[in-house]
Amino acid sequence: MNTPQIKSASTKLLQEDLLLEVKGLKTYFKLGKGKVAKAVDNVSFSINKGETVALVGESGSGKSITSLSIMRLIPKPPGEIVEGSIRLEGKELLTLSENEMTEVRGNEIGMIFQEPMTSLDPVFTIGNQIVESLMKHQKMKKREAYEKAIELLKVVGFSRAEVIINEYPHQLSGGMRQRVMIAIAMSNNPKLLIADEPTTALDVTVQAQILNLMVDMKEQFGSSILLITHDMGVVAEVANRVLVMYGGQIVEEAPVKDLFLKTKHPYTKALLKTIPSIDVELERLDSIPGMVPPAHLFPTGCRFAERCVHVMAKCREENPELMENSPNHKVRCHLYEQVGGI
Amino acid sequence: MAYIIRRIILFVVTMVLVSLITFSVFQVMPGDPIRIMLGTEADETQVETLKKQLGLDQPLYVQYIDWVKGLVTGDLGESIRFSRPVTELLADRLPVTISLALITLLIVVIVAIPLGIFVAKRQNKLSDVVLSSATQLGMAIPSFWLGMLLILYLGMNFSFFTISGYVPWTQSVAGALGAILLPALTIAIPQIAVKFRYVRNAILEQLRLDYVRTIRSKGITEKFVMYKHVLRNSMIPILTIFGLITAEVVAGTIIVEQVFSLPGIGQLLITSISYRDFPLVQGIVMYITFIVVLINFLVDILYSVLDPRIRLN
Ligand SMILES: Nc1ncnc2c1ncn2[C@@H]1O[C@H](COP(=O)(O)OP(=O)(O)O)[C@@H](O)[C@H]1O
Ligand SMILES: [Mg+2]
Repeated sequence: MNTPQIKSASTKLLQEDLLLEVKGLKTYFKLGKGKVAKAVDNVSFSINKGETVALVGESGSGKSITSLSIMRLIPKPPGEIVEGSIRLEGKELLTLSENEMTEVRGNEIGMIFQEPMTSLDPVFTIGNQIVESLMKHQKMKKREAYEKAIELLKVVGFSRAEVIINEYPHQLSGGMRQRVMIAIAMSNNPKLLIADEPTTALDVTVQAQILNLMVDMKEQFGSSILLITHDMGVVAEVANRVLVMYGGQIVEEAPVKDLFLKTKHPYTKALLKTIPSIDVELERLDSIPGMVPPAHLFPTGCRFAERCVHVMAKCREENPELMENSPNHKVRCHLYEQVGGI
Repeated sequence: MAYIIRRIILFVVTMVLVSLITFSVFQVMPGDPIRIMLGTEADETQVETLKKQLGLDQPLYVQYIDWVKGLVTGDLGESIRFSRPVTELLADRLPVTISLALITLLIVVIVAIPLGIFVAKRQNKLSDVVLSSATQLGMAIPSFWLGMLLILYLGMNFSFFTISGYVPWTQSVAGALGAILLPALTIAIPQIAVKFRYVRNAILEQLRLDYVRTIRSKGITEKFVMYKHVLRNSMIPILTIFGLITAEVVAGTIIVEQVFSLPGIGQLLITSISYRDFPLVQGIVMYITFIVVLINFLVDILYSVLDPRIRLN
């Protein structure tokens, strides 16, 4: 950390691979009566080209708001991105006009959501909802766009694509709708695919298929993936790097191997204990008592202190910084503040 | 298809029930039309002859069946007061009431929907206060008074408006509009004041749903999000409201035709009730209920056009 020459050399090398760079992102919600929910509170991370980065953490830790901030789809009011920078291949997204941003959404960044049952417009056909994106970004004519849509549906595994294209969302199962969502998200070969718990609402048997499909698509199109999940089994299988989020902040960041084998943060350790029950919704961790503090009531000290088995006096006074004290492995915990850690 | 067939069956059943109720109500209503026709001095044989002539000596179910046959074939008997076939009287008056109702509806639709969209897009405290006061005012103003205000301030000052009576469309389109516009506004203004909020709420409701976020995530511009997707989805709840509005507009014509001396069905209804002109009253009541039930039927059919979840289930 004290050798700036070496550091700048390594960042230069990385620059060419760098796809997305989020710095100091703060997304707050005004709750009224002067209360402010700091849903995302000073989050920084980056995603390289071709990389799959997993974002994990319990419900309410700020994962969805982080991803929606990247898309600039935060409902305003009450939400607002109050600070930070989000760069896609060097282009700052936060200063783009709304119109310029529509050229990024669905084109450079595609997104899949958790709720396949409600994520499609119920009154338009599947085809209509796919071609909409193609016509907007690739300036295709209707005819051509429908042909491309059929092709896309085949790629995501529909053998009867010509029929599906004229059907409505309610005629499809959850797994099929999520395939349609993937087809939509990938329709313009995005550089980044954001998937917010894409398999959580699906049958266990379908989950693996959807996940494999995403990985296939990524390889075929050379995209990067930001995968939000609370399923540590999935993380182990598909991620290159992992971000662990708690109380609106990143508490640990590491390559997937290190995260599993050299786990640092007590919270991550607790998360990993949930692996045997892969399909159980991670509403709260049974292995540690307590819950994520609500985003308008964060303590001044470490946000995990209340639930931490290693809690010290210092933890209740001062929130630790996110520090990289071994290569590529960052942690936000007072236990590791001396170089080398414990 | 099964949905439409079910709706048609429901429509027919409702109409049969309505006819039964209308028919029975007039059996138990006080006031003997025969006595009114002949005067209190008439003797028994005269009464009997007239009863036979009108079929009133038959058992009730035979009278009912005859009456329904008449309804279907368009023969509703003869008005006691006007001594003319009821169908003829209705045919004279219907164009007036139907033009009034349709123009009112048109005004409500072209004002309430854009207004609802406009306020849904601009939510803030001030506009909320202004708009809820408008709603309160709209609900509180009696329609006869609003009608008189319109006559006073618009009707008296602009020669375009006819403030009393009716001009047929075939005679002069401008004349017909001049006669219909003020009464239509009288019914439309309170409707708009109350109903545009439903439109606003329906749109805000949609904007909260997940699919809107998906559309935005595709890079679709806000204009398309609103006018292609949200509006189309909101039309389903908005349609329900317009079913209600239509029924209220039809009811509204009865009072407003009095205020503006329009020779429509409403005026005819009031005259016929005061003369105990039962065949005429029955005919009018049947026609009004027929129109309301028909509108509900059409609304149901439109649902299936707008919502594939209904159409394809
Ligand atoms: N619309 C909203 N209004 C107010 N607060 C919100 C809203 N959406 C999210 N939040 C706050 O942001 C926090 C993080 O939410 P979210 O990112 O959805 O969590 P996750 O996806 O990790 O489960 C929530 O706990 C809540 O306090
Ligand atoms: Mg979430």
